Amino acid sequence: MIALEPWLRARRGEGRKLLVPYVMGGMSEDWVESLQAVAAAGADAIEVGIPFSDPMMDGPVIQRAGVHALDRGATPARVVDDVASAGLEVPVAVMTYYNIVFRTGHRRMARSLRAAGIGAAIVPDLPLEELDGWAAEADAAEVATVLLVAPSTPEPRVADICARSRGFVYAVARMGVTGERESVGSETADVVRRVRRVTDAPVCVGVGVSTPAQARAVCEVADGVVVGSALVRRLLEGGGPDAASEFVGQLREALDAG
Amino acid sequence: MGLPAPGGRFGEYGGRFVPESLVPACMELEEAFDDAWADPAFRAELGAVLRDYGGRPTPVTECLRLSEELGVRMLLKREDLVHAGSHKLNNVVGQALLTRRMGKRRLVAETGAGQHGVATATAAALFGLECTVYMGELDTERQELNVFRMELLGAEVRPVRAGSRTLKDAVNEALRDWVATVDHTHYCLGSVMGPHPFPYMVRELQRVVGDEAREQCRALLDGADPDVVVACVGGGSNAAGTFAGFADTQARLVGVEAAGGAAATDGIPGVLHGMRSLLLQDEVGQILEAESISAGLDYPGIGPEHASLAASGRARYEKATDEEVLDAFQLLARTEGILPALEPAHALAWIAREVGRGVPRGSTVLVTLSGRGDKDVAQVRELLAAGRGPR
Repeated sequence: MIALEPWLRARRGEGRKLLVPYVMGGMSEDWVESLQAVAAAGADAIEVGIPFSDPMMDGPVIQRAGVHALDRGATPARVVDDVASAGLEVPVAVMTYYNIVFRTGHRRMARSLRAAGIGAAIVPDLPLEELDGWAAEADAAEVATVLLVAPSTPEPRVADICARSRGFVYAVARMGVTGERESVGSETADVVRRVRRVTDAPVCVGVGVSTPAQARAVCEVADGVVVGSALVRRLLEGGGPDAASEFVGQLREALDAG
Repeated sequence: MGLPAPGGRFGEYGGRFVPESLVPACMELEEAFDDAWADPAFRAELGAVLRDYGGRPTPVTECLRLSEELGVRMLLKREDLVHAGSHKLNNVVGQALLTRRMGKRRLVAETGAGQHGVATATAAALFGLECTVYMGELDTERQELNVFRMELLGAEVRPVRAGSRTLKDAVNEALRDWVATVDHTHYCLGSVMGPHPFPYMVRELQRVVGDEAREQCRALLDGADPDVVVACVGGGSNAAGTFAGFADTQARLVGVEAAGGAAATDGIPGVLHGMRSLLLQDEVGQILEAESISAGLDYPGIGPEHASLAASGRARYEKATDEEVLDAFQLLARTEGILPALEPAHALAWIAREVGRGVPRGSTVLVTLSGRGDKDVAQVRELLAAGRGPR
């Protein structure tokens, strides 16, 4: 298993901007090939969605991918197994909603991720106040729990969240759900600045970052970007591993040129 | 039924499971509600609006012909007589006043049968607030007239095409709206569910139903309380408000769910829409779709305080089938000249079934008639024409 935070810190230390694409687990027949293509095209880490029936934080594109995955019979265990068998050479963070973790069981979930070589998890509807039960098991299994800081998060809370976040700090670019946007929110730079003031952990920006130009602009202040809907839309349109490779390659190029 | 434990807990249920973006808004709301609820001026204004505009207090009606038919002494708490047709107004007037107090200008709401949507649109019109209502596409078809009513009241109704296209999906969509608009928008949640402080706040805003009913019953019953207090449960707001007035009496408390959406009986613990509660779900935690003739009860969960009352045994939760509900709907119409909404017809259906079984003959029974049935007439007509069966 590759531990997420040291890996990202090392890459940042080399002057590299961090690219974290998102793929919905089980969304298509060839999704594992897409995952491999994303890794080969220059991702520094990959976020893999475990589909949930009621994804409160997600816009229409990720919702649709989740429906496809569930219709194809995707389960948490199957997604985790598929990631384990993909032989990826970059770290993976699963992204799912808390009911999946709760029903699987904190300990069982943490251990199954660890056993599959998955070193991190993002559970957006598990805020700081509700975190302890899961975080204790995740810490014990050395699975990093990545926490989110939002534009609405007040100052003292930013510090508390960053102190508890592992792997990196996920800075939410705008108030809203996931989905492609014409522009990156004006609040983005401010969120990143407020995070930096209290931690030296890597800061990656997500929610609404859709194009190579936006990714580059965000990385003028942040250490990296999470790109979800823009990639998932290409996969939903049937682009498969080739489209994934092409788009992630463009993102990589933009970040390296920046 | 007092204050929840810190973090909004009712026993092991409740809590605040929302994305970080919404946590500050929930905290702000908690503070604003606590402050308002302790403010006599706020209470006085709310009471005046509910009296002069809403028509409170609503009566408790003794149903002589129905009593004779069923063999128990039947009392109805008449929330069907509240302005806009249901108990939902009690909650939305409180939340609209709170919205104004917080300096926000827009309401979003979810609705199933349309009653909460109509109530929210009504309060928005009254207080000059913008209003957007999310409603599952299937429900917009079942409750076409309510959609038009909301539009007449100046609200925008957005049909939700995701998932099962019913109440649970409308809640998802309202939450997604709220994340993006929270600086000027209040989420006017319609039931005792969602993240803290909603389950507590909505119960407090609905307790007027139970507080009034208790005094009215005591006046009718020479100081005694009813033997059994019954209310229907989707999320459970009218039941929570009713039970709040009787929790410290000897009355048996019974919540009645739709057989196709009985989270208290068939659900297992889980987390949805910001709360830990009992939910209909599969073995890995995917939420299942509830199904009944009543759009207002098509919800795969139950408010966390109800889950806690079920665990402690203070309240019991039972089911009624679509067929029993249609019978009860007609029974009340024929014996008392009252068309109940399909939701409270579940409570009537349970008592009609249980007299002489779970409920001794001669008992005194209070049922909260949470809303009027005008909205359901077209649907009931179709169901009866189709041979009484469910849809």
